[in-house]
Amino acid sequence: MKLQRHGILACLAVTATLALAACGSDNNTSSGGGGGASSGPSSAISCAQGSIKAQGSTAQGNAMTAWTKNYQSACGSATIDYTANGSGAGQQAFIAGTADFAGSDSPLAQADQPKADARCKSGAAIHLPMVVGPIAVVYNVSGVSGLQLKPATIAKIFSGKVTTWNDPAIAADNQGATLPATKILSVHRSDSSGTTDNFAKFLSKTAGTDWTYGNDKTWKAPGGDAEKGSDGVSAAIGKSDGTIGYVEWSFAQSGNLKMAKVGNGAGEYAELTGEAAGKTVASAKTAGTGNDMTLAIDYHTTTPGAYPIVLVTYEIVCEKGTPSSSLPLVKSFLTYTASADGQAAAAKVGYAPLPDEVRTKVASTVASLS
Amino acid sequence: MTAAVANALEARRLPRWAPAATAVAAAALAYVVFALGGVLGGGPVLTVVGAVVFFLAGLALASGIVEGSRAARNRIATALIYSAFTLALLPLVSVVFTLVSKGTARLDAEFFGHSMRNIGPQDNSGGAYHAIIGTLEQVAIATLITVPLGTGGAIYIVEYGRGRLALAIRFFVDVMTGIPSIVAGLFILAFWVLIVSPHLSPDGLPFYSGFAASLALSVLMLPTITRSSEEMLRLVPVALREGAYALGIAKWKTIMRIVLPTALPGIVTGVMLAVARAAGETAPVLLVAGGGAGINFSPFHGLQNSLSIFIYDQAGSASKYAPARAWTAALTLVALVLTLTIAAKLLSRRNKLR
Amino acid sequence: MSQSPIAGPAETAPVTAGLAAPTDLGPTGPLGGGGGLPSRRRFGRESLFRWFTTASGAVVLVVIVAIAIFLIAKAVPALRADKANFLTYKDWFPDDPTNPKFGIAALALGTVEASVLALLLAVPVALGIALCLTHYAHRRVASALGFVIDLLAAVPSIVFGLWGRDYFYKPVQDVSAWLHRYFGWIPLFGSGGPYGKSVLLGSAVLAIMILPIITSLSSEVFRQTPKMNEEAALALGATKWEMIRMAVLPYGRPGLIASVMLGLGRALGETIALALTLGATYTFSIDLIENGGNSIAANIANKFGEASETGRGALIASGLVLFAITLVVNMIARLIVYRRREFIGSAA
Repeated sequence: MKLQRHGILACLAVTATLALAACGSDNNTSSGGGGGASSGPSSAISCAQGSIKAQGSTAQGNAMTAWTKNYQSACGSATIDYTANGSGAGQQAFIAGTADFAGSDSPLAQADQPKADARCKSGAAIHLPMVVGPIAVVYNVSGVSGLQLKPATIAKIFSGKVTTWNDPAIAADNQGATLPATKILSVHRSDSSGTTDNFAKFLSKTAGTDWTYGNDKTWKAPGGDAEKGSDGVSAAIGKSDGTIGYVEWSFAQSGNLKMAKVGNGAGEYAELTGEAAGKTVASAKTAGTGNDMTLAIDYHTTTPGAYPIVLVTYEIVCEKGTPSSSLPLVKSFLTYTASADGQAAAAKVGYAPLPDEVRTKVASTVASLS
Repeated sequence: MTAAVANALEARRLPRWAPAATAVAAAALAYVVFALGGVLGGGPVLTVVGAVVFFLAGLALASGIVEGSRAARNRIATALIYSAFTLALLPLVSVVFTLVSKGTARLDAEFFGHSMRNIGPQDNSGGAYHAIIGTLEQVAIATLITVPLGTGGAIYIVEYGRGRLALAIRFFVDVMTGIPSIVAGLFILAFWVLIVSPHLSPDGLPFYSGFAASLALSVLMLPTITRSSEEMLRLVPVALREGAYALGIAKWKTIMRIVLPTALPGIVTGVMLAVARAAGETAPVLLVAGGGAGINFSPFHGLQNSLSIFIYDQAGSASKYAPARAWTAALTLVALVLTLTIAAKLLSRRNKLR
Repeated sequence: MSQSPIAGPAETAPVTAGLAAPTDLGPTGPLGGGGGLPSRRRFGRESLFRWFTTASGAVVLVVIVAIAIFLIAKAVPALRADKANFLTYKDWFPDDPTNPKFGIAALALGTVEASVLALLLAVPVALGIALCLTHYAHRRVASALGFVIDLLAAVPSIVFGLWGRDYFYKPVQDVSAWLHRYFGWIPLFGSGGPYGKSVLLGSAVLAIMILPIITSLSSEVFRQTPKMNEEAALALGATKWEMIRMAVLPYGRPGLIASVMLGLGRALGETIALALTLGATYTFSIDLIENGGNSIAANIANKFGEASETGRGALIASGLVLFAITLVVNMIARLIVYRRREFIGSAA
């Protein structure tokens, strides 16, 4: 009797499972995805098959989503899984071998480079700049818009020296604006982040007296609110009044967050636009050797109208030694992202395209990966 | 003590309307003090809390004078107990209400039929099909691993174990029930994913998989199932066993044909409760399953997702379409877990042994 | 009375096996059922079955011991590399190549703070509900509500974490501001800063999470009080509350302590609800409403992705400390239950 009852239940369970497995086998096509950045003709992409996994920077997260969406829509049998869990996590995953390439806003630390090279077995791990992401200083203070901040003021805010919005330092940068007495809640990243690294580097170089914490992927200043990922920062800013934080432009755009104008080396307050960011990037110098293309950004740029806080996201990949099962797809995907179409797709969602000469060099390096 | 309360049986009682009157008076007083007077900041919450405090104080006073201190303490205790009840209900009801009201936002075919492949932050579509498949597969494999092992171990402890091995097993199973779920996940990450899996993959590199998640869940489920199976087996009357032995039936046959079937409903209940717990686990799965965006039916190759990881990811995403997905997935997960739990409880009620 | 005092037939001495050998074999086995005792063969089904169950038991043992050994083996190199004192240092930088320093001071404090506060919030309320359900409420109401509370105990913790972070943080923010305004002189409420994720929020969510468990376990305990004890108290003229105080609570004390300890154990090991409601900072402070807070488990969940080999070892070391704490709590609970059980005896 019991066996019968259990048997019936078992049959029902099996049928339900089979039904579940059968229906819903749909995968999304780009038509199901709706609006946004589906870019140019798919004929520009030469497809490869297989599946690859990547991890890393949340700053380039939105660009990666746009790229994978376009690539996978054009090439249905390819799967690129990008987990945006921070530059630090991406680097560690690449070193451990759980990621085929990593997205990172800061180059590998000196101590980590040999480990990454070891993972590549027969070659070195190189950095390929793939997208330029301006870092927006986002804020949410009711009644305040058009905020202007000098780097020194920003440093004071984020190190906890300035605690209320109507502090004289902020008022000095914003003549004539009425600032409330709300307490400042500064939001920073809790995880190991290249965005933090670049932001802190900017502060150390331009406001060294007020920012004494150097630069590292880990946030070192005391106080403030720590959030996970660029998503976390952008959500926290949007949620509470009196907050200020730093996040890549794309997240400021999609979260409709107000961005402050930042004082640049030419003495003006620069607004964040693609053009303004491009002016800073144009003056970037290559710091890496050979195929390794790390760039050095000039935060003191005196170009008029240039927005100074800019980061470059690199894809860390093996120059030689990518396993043959993943190599074709890695090359094909990175070829797409480095192409003019790919850069245009990223620009649509809040990034600045690479300068042409950098882009062509990246494309040729990708072609030579083996 | 006044003479009026020397004998509790003969003491005067407060009239029936006394508590209600006290309540009204307390509410009025609280309104005046907090809402109008703004003492301690005022506000509706403080008014209500104040009303309750005044009610308790007033009741204690009135009852103490009329009925005696013992009766007063009794009334206070009753009032406190009922207030505790109401207090606890508020957040629990809030959780359930939020879950149901937010969770119905994306209860559509799109959600249950699609994955998150090719879905960007600006896209309103996308669903949890891949996550549901992942949860079901991972939990199923974990059950397949732990039920034979756990029941077998329990049988050993109850039927065969006599010496130190059985004691050691019982002790360590007890120890293992306390393992934090994240530590189980860390273990599988450090051991299976990073050390063992490179030997299993064609290119020698470690990889995440749904199977790793199943292993992590097994670490959590095994002690629970062993423990509960052991308890159920112990509940089987000795007379049943002895009757079988007296009839000359071999021990293994007694266990398989008589003891196990008798204990089966209880064991199944224990298994279902363990499965319900495993389905809801986030931490161990988060570390080792990979969190892929597309549909992956294979637990052995490629990244898999699960409902709990899906909820966690959507909870951390800044896209304005993410919260709806997170809550609907949460509702699905809760529905899954509750179905198993309710079925387990109904089964255990029918269980003759309990 | 679980183990049969009579050994199974296959374990008796093989001396009698010869007597049982059946000689009269029909087409489907011994005629008349064979009679006698089953033969004892080396690889017979009996022995196989026994080996299988012994092996299962042994597997369980081996797995647990292997986990312990492996984790310790991974933790030790990280601890050796630590340039700071693991128990007293509060920051977490194990991945620094030249100067790895990490310690669980802030994490352990946060874990204990959150769990203890959660207990303080949940236990009185849970006991109140349990008493209400077993002694005050109408039977049907009690049974229906008891069922619902059992179900709430099964709701996954991520749901509570999500609710806490998205909805409950507002009331907690208001409460924090109020506490600071009127009780800010107490160091527990000293922070005047903007309020977000905090130990208070984490503990409150944790309390709501462990409430159903403690309630259902306590209800079980209260239900088992012998009716006779209760009625004796009432017959002697005790009020209801006095009866509870005299008959129910003392009888149920070991069970209550055990259920509180179980709730504590769950609170200590809770990962995701705290990862969503605590602020992931490394401050060693007892300020409950300050923006921040961290716990060992939440730290592991946040940092595992970006951890290098040393970092993973550090996380494992912290996990082992957490495991040890949970173990001690569980052991104490078990000890209390055992000792009191012998002492009280059956009051039926």
